[in-house]
Amino acid sequence: MTSITKPRIRIPKLDRNALGLTRMDYEGSMSTLCAGCGHDSITAALTHAFFELALPPHRAVKLSGIGCSSKTTAYFLSQAHGFNGVHGRMPAVASGANAAHQELTYIGISGDGDSLSIGLGQLCHAIRRNVNMLYVLENNGVYGLTKGQFSASSDVGSKSKKGEPNQDGPIDPVAMALTLGATFVARSFSGDKEQLVPIMMAGLRHRGFAFVDVLSPCVTFNDHEGSTKSYTFIRKSNSEVVGTGFVPIQEQISTQYEPGSVRPVTVHDGTTLYLRKVDASYDPTDRSMAYAYLKEHQDRGEIATGLLYIQEDSADLHAREKTVATPLRDLTFESLCPGAAALEDLMDEYI
Amino acid sequence: MTGTDEGGDLPTESRVNDFAFRVATVNGTGSASANGLILKAIHRMGVPVSGKNVFPSNIQGLPTWYELRVNRKGHLARTPKFDLIVAMNPSTYAVDVAEVQPGGWILYDDSWPLSKTLIRSDVTYLSVPFARLCVDKFAGSRERVLMKNIAYAGALGALIGLDMDIVRGLLEETFSRKKALLESNYVAVKMGYDYARTHLDCPLPIQLDKMEPDSRHILMDGNTSIALGCIYAGATVGAWYPITPATSVMDNFTMLCKRFRTDPDGSKRFAILQAEDELAAAGIVVGAGWMGARAFTSTAGPGIDLMCEFIGLAYYAEVPCVFFDIQRTGPSTGMPTRTQQADLLSVAYASHGDTKHIALFPADPEECFRLTVEAFDLAERFQTPVFVVSDLDIGMNDWRIPRMTWDDDYFWDRGKVLDEAELAELDSFSRYLDVDGDGIAARTLPGVSAKGAYFLRGSGHDKHGEYAESEDGYQEVVDRLVRKLETAKSALPDPVIERREGASALLVCLGSSDGACREAIDLLGSRGLVLDLLRVRAFPFSRDVEELLAEHEIIFVVDQNRDGQFRSLLVNETGIEKSKLRSVRHYSGTPLSAVHVIKEVLPVLDSHLDHTAEASLSAHPADLLGSRV
Repeated sequence: MTSITKPRIRIPKLDRNALGLTRMDYEGSMSTLCAGCGHDSITAALTHAFFELALPPHRAVKLSGIGCSSKTTAYFLSQAHGFNGVHGRMPAVASGANAAHQELTYIGISGDGDSLSIGLGQLCHAIRRNVNMLYVLENNGVYGLTKGQFSASSDVGSKSKKGEPNQDGPIDPVAMALTLGATFVARSFSGDKEQLVPIMMAGLRHRGFAFVDVLSPCVTFNDHEGSTKSYTFIRKSNSEVVGTGFVPIQEQISTQYEPGSVRPVTVHDGTTLYLRKVDASYDPTDRSMAYAYLKEHQDRGEIATGLLYIQEDSADLHAREKTVATPLRDLTFESLCPGAAALEDLMDEYI
Repeated sequence: MTGTDEGGDLPTESRVNDFAFRVATVNGTGSASANGLILKAIHRMGVPVSGKNVFPSNIQGLPTWYELRVNRKGHLARTPKFDLIVAMNPSTYAVDVAEVQPGGWILYDDSWPLSKTLIRSDVTYLSVPFARLCVDKFAGSRERVLMKNIAYAGALGALIGLDMDIVRGLLEETFSRKKALLESNYVAVKMGYDYARTHLDCPLPIQLDKMEPDSRHILMDGNTSIALGCIYAGATVGAWYPITPATSVMDNFTMLCKRFRTDPDGSKRFAILQAEDELAAAGIVVGAGWMGARAFTSTAGPGIDLMCEFIGLAYYAEVPCVFFDIQRTGPSTGMPTRTQQADLLSVAYASHGDTKHIALFPADPEECFRLTVEAFDLAERFQTPVFVVSDLDIGMNDWRIPRMTWDDDYFWDRGKVLDEAELAELDSFSRYLDVDGDGIAARTLPGVSAKGAYFLRGSGHDKHGEYAESEDGYQEVVDRLVRKLETAKSALPDPVIERREGASALLVCLGSSDGACREAIDLLGSRGLVLDLLRVRAFPFSRDVEELLAEHEIIFVVDQNRDGQFRSLLVNETGIEKSKLRSVRHYSGTPLSAVHVIKEVLPVLDSHLDHTAEASLSAHPADLLGSRV
C-alpha cells in the first residue's frame, strides 16, 4: 500500500477545535486511491468527525485488513498508531488491542471483501464481543485491487463492468449486524457528508461496537449502468430513515423540530444524540422495527440509511470481562506476579 | 523382569518400588479419580511414580488406560512392560491379558466368568467380584459403576501395599465439602481392600515400601505449570480456541487468575478471550502484544496451521507474542489424545516467505514453568513470536517434579520500548531502525505520543516503517531480522550437555524424550556402553550444539515423529554432515520409552565399536530389552 506524504501547507485562519487543533492535524498521508473513489470521502468524513469531537489524535488507534478500503487508515490521523494486518482479520487484532487498553479510541476500516467474505466470521464475533470501536465497512460491491470481481455484497443481477450479472445472493451487513445483536447499526453513503459525519461522531461516542456500513462507489470497477453500487443508483435509491444530530455535553439543542419527530438518545459519556426521524412512528431503539424497516425498503428497491438502531446502555468487552480500570498493558509487574511466598504455598497443594 | 519360564523370580527386594502396572477401564466411569488417588498415594509414600493416561478422544464409553510406573531410582519415563494389569473393561480383556509380562498378574472382575481363551499359563489371575460387591453395597446404578472403579483402588492397595491412612487422608482432602461422597468412596475402597486381604495373597512381590517422606517433590502436569508460568511472567491477555491437548492450559490460567489476579471487588487484572477459531486467537494475541500487554495463546498442531498467517505478520512486523504448542499426533486431525513431537518443522519455519522462529523445548512440567517465563522475556526483548513446544505427555500427565520456586528479585524484560520522555529526546522516530547494532529496533506503544506513532504493516516496509517496494528498503529490513535472530541465539536457554568419560557416542534429544534417553544411557552405561547426552532446549540452535555435534562420530538423534524432524532441523541449521546423524524415531502415539531408544542404538554400537569392553559383548539387545525398562 503506497503512501505519499502530504505537503504541509500553512493556511491562515483555519478553524480550531477545543484542543486548539485544525482539521489538518487529523489528516494522514496522501491517498493513492482512484480519483473520485468513495473511500476518500469517508476518510474526509472521519477526519471531520475527529476534529469536531476534539479527540487527541495520538489517542486513536487505526486498524484495517487488506483491500482498497483498508489502505485508507494511512490517509487520516498520521499522529495515531496504525495496524494494517492480514486480510479479513482486523476484528481479532482490534479485540486484542482493545483488551490490552480500553481508554484509546479504536477505528476499524474494512471493505466488503474483507468483512463479508474472508473475514465474515471475524466481524460476527467482534459484534458478539461488543468491542468498543467504530467499525466502518466501506462497501462497493466489488474487489478493486484484484480488478473487478464480484464481492459478497453484490446484489443479484447487478452487472459487472463487462456486463455479466451477479448470480449469488448478497450478504446484507446491516441486517446481519442487527440479528447478531450489534449495539449500534448505521448505513450511510459516502456521497452524503451531511449524514455521514454525525453518524461517525455518534459511532465514536458509542460505547460498544458501532457498525457503520457506508455505500462507497468504486469509480473504476463498479460505477457503470446496471450496477447497484454506483453513485447514480445509490442516489436514486437512498431513503433516509433516521437523521442524526450530534450535540456534545451541556450544549442545548437550538433547532426546533416537529413534536415527535426527534428522539434524544444519551450515550455513556452523557453526550446526547438527537435522532431526527423521517417517520414519526420509527423507534431507533427497537431492533425488530429496524429490521422490518430495512426489509420493507429493500423490497421497494430502496436503501434505508441513517442511524437505524442504537442500544443506549450496553456492556462492552471490558464491562463484561470486569477488567480493572487501569489498562492491562499498564499494570505493574508487582501487581501481576504473586511472588515467591505465594508459589511456596501453592506447591503444598500439589504434594 | 526375567520370566518365570527361566525358573524363578528375581530376588524379592528388587521388585520393591520398581514395577509398572496398567489399569484398563471405560472412560467416563470415574476411573480417572481412582487412578489419581493411587498415583498421589504412592507419591505421598515418598516413592517416585509417574502416571500416563492413554485415553480416547471421547466423552464416555470407550476404552481408556492408565499406566503407573514406580521406580525407586527415579526413572519415570513410560515403560511398555507391565507387571500387573487391572482389567476392568471386558471389551479390552484380550489386549490387556496379552500385555502383561510373563510371570505377572492380572486383576479382574470375576462377577462373570473369564473366557477360557483369555487364560494364559504364564501369569497369575487375581479375581475380585467388584460388580457383585458394589451391587450388594450400593443402591443407584450410576453409583455402582463409579464405586466399582474406586473399589479396585482398594484391592490394588492391598496387593501392592498402599498406605491406607494416606488413601483415607487423600479422600478427606478431595471430599472435604461432600461428606456423603467421602463415606461412600471410603466404603468402596475399604471393600476392595478387605476383599483382597481376605481372598488373595497380599502383598505381591511387586510392592511399595515407604521411602523418606518427600516434600521436595510435587505432582503436576505441564499445562498447569505453563499456566502458572504465564501468571508469574505477568501475562494479562490470553486468547484461545479449545483443542486437545492444550485446553487445560487456559483452564488452569483461568483458575489461577481467579485466585491471584482478581480484586476483592471482582475486577480482574487479566482478560481471557475464547475466540471463534485459532486464526482469531492468534490475531487477538498479536493485537494485544502490539498494544503492549503480555499475551499468549495455547494450541496444538491444527491450531498452529491456522495461525500461520498471523505468525508471519508478527515475525515481519515484529510484534511480541507467545504461542504454546502442546503437540499431539498428526498429520491432520491425527490422534488427538496421543502424543508426538511432530510440529517441530512447522513451528520452526511457520508461515510463508522467509521466516524463522524462536522455539523453546521444555522436558517436563518444571521446565515448562521456567521456559514459559523466559518465553515472555524473549518475545518482548526480540519483538517476535516465541513458541513453547510441549506435548501431550508433558501437558496432560502428572509428573513428579521438584517443587517450583520463585526468585523475588526477578523483574520482567520488556525490551526496547520508548516512553514519552525518550521519544521527546529524539529528532524523529523510525520504527525499524537498528540503532544499537544488535538487530533489535526500539518500538513504541500506541497512545503514548504522537511522535512515536507508526503504521504497522505486513506489506513491504523500510527501516522507517514506510511502505517499500524498493530493493534496498525491503532487503535492509529482512536482513536485519536475520541479525536479530543471531543475537537471540546467545540469549536462549542453553542446551543440557552431559559429557562422560570414555563416551563412544552422543545421544541428542529434546523435550519429553529426556527421561527415556537418560534411562537408556543409564542402562547402556551399566553394560559398559557410555554415551554423552545433548538435550537441546531452544531453536535456533546455539554454537554449543554445533560444537558438540562436531566432537562426535556416532550421533543418535531422537525424534518422536516419523520423519525425523529434529534431525532435519539439525541438518538444515548446523554444519553437521547429514550421514553422521542417525535417526531414532518413535511415533506410535505413546510416550517414548528407553526400550525404543536402546533398540535402535544398540545394534549400531555393536557393529561400530570394537568389542574389547567386556560389557559390550554381553550387551545383547534381548538382554537389555528383557530388563524392566
